Amino acid sequence: MKNEAGQAARQPVAAEANPIYEDARRDTVQEHDHNRITLAQTQAWDASSRTPVLFGFVIALLWLMVGTWLGDISSFKFDWPDLLVSEAYLTFGRLRPAHLNVMVYGWASNAMFAVALWIMPRLCHTRLHWQRVALAGIAIWNMGVFMGVLLLLLGTSDGLEWLEFDRYSADPMMVAGALLVGMSVWKTLLARKVHHLYVSVWYVAASFPWFVIIFTAGNLPLYQGVESAAVNWFYAHNALGLWLTTINLGLIYYLMPKILGRPVYSYWLSLIGFWGLALFYALNGMHHLIGGPMPSWMIATSITASILMVIPVVAVGINQHMTVVGRFGAMRYSPALTLLVLAAMAYTAVSLQGIMTALVNINRVTHFTHWTIAHSHLGLYMFVTFSLFGGIYYILPKILQREWPSAALIRAHILLIVAGMVLYVVALGIGGVLQGLSLLDASQSFQASVEAAKPWLLTRSVAAVIITLGHIVFFMHVMWLLLMKTEPGARPASPFHAIIPVLVEDRTGAHEGKPS
Amino acid sequence: MTRLTVLILGALATVIFALIVLVILPQSMLGKLQAPPELKPYTLEEARGREVYIANGCIYCHSQQVRDPNITTDIAKGLGNRASVPEDYVHDKPHLLGTMRTGPDLFNVGSRLPAKEWHLAHLYQPRALVSWSIMPAFPFLFQHKAVAESGDTVVNLPPAYAPAHGVIVTTPDADALVAYLLALKHDYAVPVAGDKAETEKDALPISGSQEGKP
Repeated sequence: MKNEAGQAARQPVAAEANPIYEDARRDTVQEHDHNRITLAQTQAWDASSRTPVLFGFVIALLWLMVGTWLGDISSFKFDWPDLLVSEAYLTFGRLRPAHLNVMVYGWASNAMFAVALWIMPRLCHTRLHWQRVALAGIAIWNMGVFMGVLLLLLGTSDGLEWLEFDRYSADPMMVAGALLVGMSVWKTLLARKVHHLYVSVWYVAASFPWFVIIFTAGNLPLYQGVESAAVNWFYAHNALGLWLTTINLGLIYYLMPKILGRPVYSYWLSLIGFWGLALFYALNGMHHLIGGPMPSWMIATSITASILMVIPVVAVGINQHMTVVGRFGAMRYSPALTLLVLAAMAYTAVSLQGIMTALVNINRVTHFTHWTIAHSHLGLYMFVTFSLFGGIYYILPKILQREWPSAALIRAHILLIVAGMVLYVVALGIGGVLQGLSLLDASQSFQASVEAAKPWLLTRSVAAVIITLGHIVFFMHVMWLLLMKTEPGARPASPFHAIIPVLVEDRTGAHEGKPS
Repeated sequence: MTRLTVLILGALATVIFALIVLVILPQSMLGKLQAPPELKPYTLEEARGREVYIANGCIYCHSQQVRDPNITTDIAKGLGNRASVPEDYVHDKPHLLGTMRTGPDLFNVGSRLPAKEWHLAHLYQPRALVSWSIMPAFPFLFQHKAVAESGDTVVNLPPAYAPAHGVIVTTPDADALVAYLLALKHDYAVPVAGDKAETEKDALPISGSQEGKP
C-alpha cells in the first residue's frame, strides 16, 4: 500500500531514467519505506499546515522587500550624506533601525514561524494542531511589527538596539503573537505520534519559550544606566542565539539529511550542540561592551562563555558538514540543499568569527567599526536568510503541490545573492578593520578613520544593489509560483521531478535524449 | 531525547540561569550606585534633547563611553581624561553607550566643543563646517524664515551653505538637542571604580583619584 503510493509518485522519474543520473538519484531520493511513512501521509501533514505556512512566507517576503529598500537607502546615505535628508522619517538614524527590525521581526521571524509550523507536523507525525491559533498569532505579530516600524519612523523609539519597537504598543502584540504560534507548535508536539524527538524538534520547540522570555525581559521598563546596557545586549545577543539561530539550525538539521537521503552524522554531537548552545550562548551578550563601563566580572563572564561556544559550534559544524561530505555533487540538483549547505558553512564561519571578535586583542580593533556590520550580515544573511531561502525552495512546492516554474530564475537568484553577500562581507570587513586600526592609532585624526572606510562603504552599496536584484528575482519567482495555474493532479513539465541539474546547464544533452 | 519534560525544563533552566547572572544579579549590585556630586540630573530641556537624540538615532554612529586605557587609546585620542565608570550613567534611561564610532565619541563633547553656534550650524549642514563629514544633515530640526522674529535663534552659516533668501532659525528640538550635547561633560573625578571601591575600607575620597589630576 505505502510502496504503491511512493512508486506511483515517482513514475515520471522512472520513465525518464538515464544511466547518467543513476548516481544522483541514489544520492537524492530516499526510499519512503525506510521511514514507514507514505507520501500520502506527508501530503496530509503538509496540507494541515498549508494556510499558516503560506501566510507566514508571503508576509515575510513582503517585509523582505521593504527591509531591502530600507537597507539600500541606509547604505547609500553613507556615500551621499545629503540624500533624502529633508524629512525626519527618512533620516539615517530612523531608516537603519527600521531596516534591522523589519529584517529580524518582519522577514526572518515570519519565515521562521512558517518553518516551525511546517516542520512540527512532519516530525511529530500528526496534523498541525490549533492551526487557527497559529494563524491569529502571525496576524497579531505582524500588527505589532507594523505598529513598531511606523512609530519608529515617526520618532518613537525605546532607544535600545534591537529593542527599538515601542514597548507599550508594538511589543505586547509581538509577545502575544509569538505565544500563540508557540502554543500551536507545542500542542502539535504534545499530540505527537512518534516516540523519539528528532534534533530539529528540540531547537524549534525550545525557541518559542526562549524568545518570549528574553523579549519580555529585554522590554521591561525597569533598568537604568549601565544595567540598561546589560539587558540590552543580553537580549540582542540572545535574539540571535536563542531565536534566529535555533530555528534555522533546526531547519538545516531536518532538510539537509532529508534531501541527501542519509542520516545526520552523529546523534551525540547533536546533543552536545544543542545543550552547549543553550548553556553558553545565553551568557554571551556582554562581549558587546568590552572595555566599557561595566563591572569587569560581567564582561569576563561573557568572554568566557563566548570562548566556550567553540564546543557547540564545532559539534554542530562537524555534524552538519560530515552529513554532506562526499555528496556535494547533489547540490547541483537541489537549490534548497545548495542554500542550506552554504548556510551551515556560514553558521560555522560566523560563530568562529564571533568567538574571535570576543577576544580582547581583536575586539579593541573591531569594536565600534563596520566590521560588526559585516559580521552581523554574515550571520543574519549568509546563515539565517540563506537557510530560510533554502527552506522556501523546499517547502513551497510541497504545500502548493507544484514545482518552481523556472530553473533560470533560481540560478539568477542564488548567483546574485551569493555574489552580492560575499562582496558585502569581504568589503565591509576590510573597511572595518582599516577603520578600527585608524581609530586605535593615537597619532591619526578621526578624519583618517572616516576616509579609510569610505571606499569600502561605497563597495558595500554596490553589493547591496546586487543583493536587491536577487531579491526582486526571487520575489517575482515566488509570485509566479503562487499565481500559476496547474491542472489538479497533473505533474508540470518541470526539470525538478526528473532529477536534472538545476544549478548548472545540462551540457550532456542527455536529458533531451540526445546521445552524449 | 524522548522526553518533553527534559526538553522544556532544560531549556528554561539555561535561559533563567543566564538571566540571573547577567540581569538579576547586576541589577541588585548596581542598584546601589551613587551619582558623583558633579553629575547633575538632566534639566527639562536637556532631557528633551536626549529624546531628540534617541528619536533620530544618533546612537547608530556615536558612542558615549571612554574605554579602559589598558586596551584602547581612547584617552590618548582626547575622548576624555579617564575611562567612564558605571556611576557616570546613573541618570541615563535608556543607556546610550552605543556600538559604533562612524562618528566621534560624544561622552565629553560638551567640553570638547562648547560653542552652541557651532553645533547648530553643524546639525543643519555638517559639511558646512567639516568638509569630509559623512554625517546626515538635519534640516528638519530648523525652520527657513524670510526674517527672524523676536525670540528666534538664527543659525550662522557660511555663505555657500546659507539659503539665498531669508534666514535659518532653530526649532525647540534643535535647541534642546544642543543643550543635551553641551551637557555631556564627564571630566570630574570619580571614586576609583572596580575592585577597590567594592570594599568599604578601601573606598578612597574623591581627591585620591589618580586621573584628572596633573
